[in-house]
Amino acid sequence: MNVYVFVKRVPDTESKIKINHETNTVIEEGLNFVLSPYDEYAVEEALRIREAKGGEVTVVSVGTEESLVILKKCLAMGADEAVLVKDDAPEAYDGLRTSKIISQVMRKKFQNFDLLLFGKQSVGADNAQVPSMVAGFLGLPQVNVVTKLEIEGNRGIAHREIEGVLEKNEFSLPAIISAQKGLNEPRYETLKGIMMAKKKEIPILALNDLDLSEEEIMPQLEIIKMESPPPRQAGKIIEGEPAEAAKKLVELLRNEAKVI
Amino acid sequence: MILVFIEVREGKVKKSSLEVLSEGSRRAGEMKTEVNAVFVGHNQENLASEVFPYGASKVYVLENSLFGHYSAQSFTQALVSLVEELKPEVLFFSAGSMGKDLAPRVAAKLGVSLASDCTKTASKEGKLEVTRPIFAGKALATINLKSLPQIASLRPNVFPLTKPVSKKGEVIKKDVVIPEDQIKGKTVDILREEGAELDVTEAEVVISGGRGMKGPENYDLLRELTAILPHSAVGASRSAVDAGWIGHQHQVGQTGKTVSPNLYLAIGISGAIQHLAGMSSSKYIVAVNKDPEAPIFKVADYGIVADLFKVIPYLKEELRKILSE
Repeated sequence: MNVYVFVKRVPDTESKIKINHETNTVIEEGLNFVLSPYDEYAVEEALRIREAKGGEVTVVSVGTEESLVILKKCLAMGADEAVLVKDDAPEAYDGLRTSKIISQVMRKKFQNFDLLLFGKQSVGADNAQVPSMVAGFLGLPQVNVVTKLEIEGNRGIAHREIEGVLEKNEFSLPAIISAQKGLNEPRYETLKGIMMAKKKEIPILALNDLDLSEEEIMPQLEIIKMESPPPRQAGKIIEGEPAEAAKKLVELLRNEAKVI
Repeated sequence: MILVFIEVREGKVKKSSLEVLSEGSRRAGEMKTEVNAVFVGHNQENLASEVFPYGASKVYVLENSLFGHYSAQSFTQALVSLVEELKPEVLFFSAGSMGKDLAPRVAAKLGVSLASDCTKTASKEGKLEVTRPIFAGKALATINLKSLPQIASLRPNVFPLTKPVSKKGEVIKKDVVIPEDQIKGKTVDILREEGAELDVTEAEVVISGGRGMKGPENYDLLRELTAILPHSAVGASRSAVDAGWIGHQHQVGQTGKTVSPNLYLAIGISGAIQHLAGMSSSKYIVAVNKDPEAPIFKVADYGIVADLFKVIPYLKEELRKILSE
């Protein structure tokens, strides 16, 4: 099994997001960047598939050279190879551009694959677009938001989380899967893994190597304003003993908020 | 034309699709165009009448027996060919699980960008402008979609339903030809877990428990509250989920679900920044926590500073009383 995992460098979930209102961008200075949390489940699943069935795990990121740090982490977790597709364009929150780049990488450089794994969305852009778009471009079956994955020969079964229930999906390989929390418990890097990752060279591909013109991948959306959400005002503290406070709360919800 | 994809689950039109149709109808009025609906399914003609009251002028019903099993591949083929024929200016999806799966594939096939999970739409000079939360709501981005059709998915539970009007329109049925061997993946079954609960993203009231719940057994207290309150669901903080007290599908926050119910009850939740991101767009927030300094009180409309285990029994009693009146 040849498995490719696509990962992204994102600000960690504890980050306070500050905005540059002139450029309509998030101020990156002072943010702590990590491997996007859902991508960790995708990497772990790829490693488990390799452990069960053999083959190779290659991790790919599209972004600036700063993404080398998360690729090193994936190598330290146990991935065999890592590749950076260098794209210095600022974050445009456009899944189409990333999907075109990834699809072209697969067509031009890595035609031999069985499974492409993603996190169900990157934390931050929150688009949940790239897996389905790449599946569309490459004409592959897709199962998103997966909490259970079984591969048998050239077919697979995946459980996909939808509102309140799970959908059981059947598909043939090659296929695209995006990981949801619950799929597995990602492993930590080992000391040995970290030492090996340090020595490992990560090839860097340029967009030029992929015969992609800047025009083809130009985002077709434009952010015209970025702002912080309106702050919520702290409301009333309801005083009194529990019995009295509960009674008052229910009255307020009925008569003032009118939500029950 | 604004075209709205109508999601059907187990033979029923999803309410979130009617919300999207309502919003489409408001924008169509301003943009001086019409809003039409499209179903992709097997034997769904009878459902068409349900969407006219929410503003649809025409309803397209795309028919193939294969559509009985959801497949992003077959649904995309059907939608793309209709869009290429009708050339709508705007294509809307609900950002529920089906829309989130389908819309990006449709956008890719049409070669256009997509704005996912929007919480606001507006028309500016005949074009659509949308706003979507990023970083789970820590920031809001307003977006121009530069190519046609402009495709967006809209977050469930955010856009109000229009008042239904008694209205009929044209139903246009189209048989779609799709070679079965081209479909390489599909849904074959729905797995219902025992005591399947309403999803937090669809609930009108979310009752969430955090670390203060002390253990998995105490989530029954919250389930008892959801049994009393109609359209309510149990949520949880990340620390409760990571402790294994409750399944991750209940998690609200930046690595869980983003919710905007009418009422959010945060029980024993301190209010870490990644949790606040996921629930701050709720219409009303109630916090019960024994720590008066907990950050959750900074966003709560109503707060009770007390031991949650002492408050919940009374809360249950009072809710039961008022709801039975």
